[in-house]
Amino acid sequence: MPLTLFEKIWNRHVVVEEEGELLLHVDRAFFHEGSSHAFDKLEQQGRTIARPKQVFAFNDHYVPTTGRENGVAGIANAEIRNMVIKLQTNAARHGITLFGIDDPRQGILHIVPPEQGITQPGLLICGADSHTSTHGAFGCLSFGIGASDMMHVMATQTIWQRAQKTMRITIDGKLGFGVSPKDVILAIIAKIGVAGGTGHVLEYAGSTFSHMSMEGRMTVCNMSIEAGARAGMVAPDDTTYAYMQGRPYAPKGVQWDAALALWQQLPSDEGARFDSEVSLNAPDIAPMVTWGTNPEQGGPVTGVVPNPRDVKDEIAAQEMAAAIDYQALTPGMALSDITVDKVFIGSCTNARIEDIRAAAAVARLGRAVIPAWVVPGSQLVKRQAEQEGLDKILIAANFEWREPGCSLCTAINGDQLQPGERCASTSNRNFKGRQGTGGRTHLLSPAMAAAAALKGRLTDVRDLLKGA
Amino acid sequence: MNPFTTITAVAAPIDEPNVDTNQLCPTRFNKVPRGPEHARILFHDRRFNADGSEKEHLLNVAPFNRAQIIVADRNWGSGSSRESAVYALYEFGIRCVIASSFGDIHANNCYKNGLLPVVLSDAECAALRTQLREHPGSTISVDLAAQTVIDPQGKTHRFEIHPVRKKCLLEGLDDIARTVQYRERLDAFEAAYKSERPWLYADAV
Ligand code: SF4
Repeated sequence: MPLTLFEKIWNRHVVVEEEGELLLHVDRAFFHEGSSHAFDKLEQQGRTIARPKQVFAFNDHYVPTTGRENGVAGIANAEIRNMVIKLQTNAARHGITLFGIDDPRQGILHIVPPEQGITQPGLLICGADSHTSTHGAFGCLSFGIGASDMMHVMATQTIWQRAQKTMRITIDGKLGFGVSPKDVILAIIAKIGVAGGTGHVLEYAGSTFSHMSMEGRMTVCNMSIEAGARAGMVAPDDTTYAYMQGRPYAPKGVQWDAALALWQQLPSDEGARFDSEVSLNAPDIAPMVTWGTNPEQGGPVTGVVPNPRDVKDEIAAQEMAAAIDYQALTPGMALSDITVDKVFIGSCTNARIEDIRAAAAVARLGRAVIPAWVVPGSQLVKRQAEQEGLDKILIAANFEWREPGCSLCTAINGDQLQPGERCASTSNRNFKGRQGTGGRTHLLSPAMAAAAALKGRLTDVRDLLKGA
Repeated sequence: MNPFTTITAVAAPIDEPNVDTNQLCPTRFNKVPRGPEHARILFHDRRFNADGSEKEHLLNVAPFNRAQIIVADRNWGSGSSRESAVYALYEFGIRCVIASSFGDIHANNCYKNGLLPVVLSDAECAALRTQLREHPGSTISVDLAAQTVIDPQGKTHRFEIHPVRKKCLLEGLDDIARTVQYRERLDAFEAAYKSERPWLYADAV
């Protein structure tokens, strides 16, 4: 019987089946400072980590993005410092690998493992963070779990799961000028909705994805959770293998050949059946921005803020009106008339080298007229960008070049919006208060964010690039 | 984990779709160790001003301040995987949330903490919320063994639940106890798996 990529990975990881619940082997587990509840539970029950070599910890959520010269001791806020120290202590006590604040490989938990070759095709990965879906870009099954499930993974290196449905999202064709993978995923979510993928694992297929870089695939898979799906995946191919070869944790020599032979069997078979199918046409996708307070509330930058009166369903209309009200917008106003106070280029969605390149390519066309932060996703990204001179371009254009971490994406390290502040952000969530209580968020691509910085308003980056 | 069997309690209607876990527990409270203070963390930024005084919010006022059931809309608990969102609900006193759909991770976190997520249709949820708004303080009964919700008007609504989740909730069982019974099969699985993919266990080079 023809199988999907998801089914092949799933089947290979089943240890036990009990009344329709399956006990699955977990290859890798990831967590961060915010995962302290899982450790607390583990200790309360007097348990230890079963397979410490398969568990990795990251300092990202709570680390400051400036003044990092003094490492942990340099963290001014005592509460935050304690969170970072607590993770260090827990990692040391349990013998797990920590990519700590001082580590030259430090960065966000969804950016470092691919860079290090820890993320590989065919694996089952669990992370104490919903954007663990990012790793699916490598053709693995990767999803976020809560503290109780994480404790179970730590104690047993397995997880109980029920069967998932599959949805294939096919996009063919070439993306238009100025259109990026971020626009692709925002367009997908605008189409299927924030609950459209609930209960499903998404597979992104079609020529648009086979021509997409690993960085781009990671951006798309990252936001699968924003469509309600726990996981998203792209079949591994030569782009995947080329990215992986030579990475520190990637197999070497004869083991590489053995791994490759396994990986090449993973892509969905011809004729494999998905529970649902969705398709989009790449050339139809324009640069996107969100206007509302969830990721489906967005559209092409050339559009306007919608009018709740045009919506038939009463509840949907109320929901739209509430979002427009929170965002302090008016129905019918052009999206490109929305002025912003701040720009954030960063997060596990868009803080990889290609994202920094895209931002710099726009930044060089002018000067930021509002505070604009660039927060690379990892020390590796930061160094690479500096080697390419991108930091200089950005700084010359009045952007701020900071140290790697989650930063303004989730606003718990001290970086945050003030009430009423409006931010053009490359992160993944525009929920009320996500970037700071009372803050307002518009999601967009790195190039679009840089364009917003130059103009002080949401701007169609194509107009800027065309003029260049 | 405390078991869940039956409950008859005041229910609070929350007429808002897509209530994400960041609303249930704002991010800055993630680091708070689980405890009674989570009762105040629930919907914190909607319920309290910066100076700690109360805002106008359904859950701040009687009879809803003693609600043990929430009737919500669709896509309840979307967003972040934070389990602290469930701690906030639980410590406030909520034992059951009824919605037409749930964020996957959040629903799973509910099960793991003795809180029952019940899926009813959009229409049923809307009807329940209307009844609760029109008769504040009226109660709903939930019977897990029978898989039923009895609304304030006495009408019975049936819901589906996976048999294993049902059993774990009814008995207050946690998953690790289940898993360790399979020690031998786990070991055999791992041995075969490791010999197939030895590179997965190597150090970085
Ligand atoms: S960058 Fe944002 S979304 Fe990504 S892991 Fe950090 S907090 Fe979560």
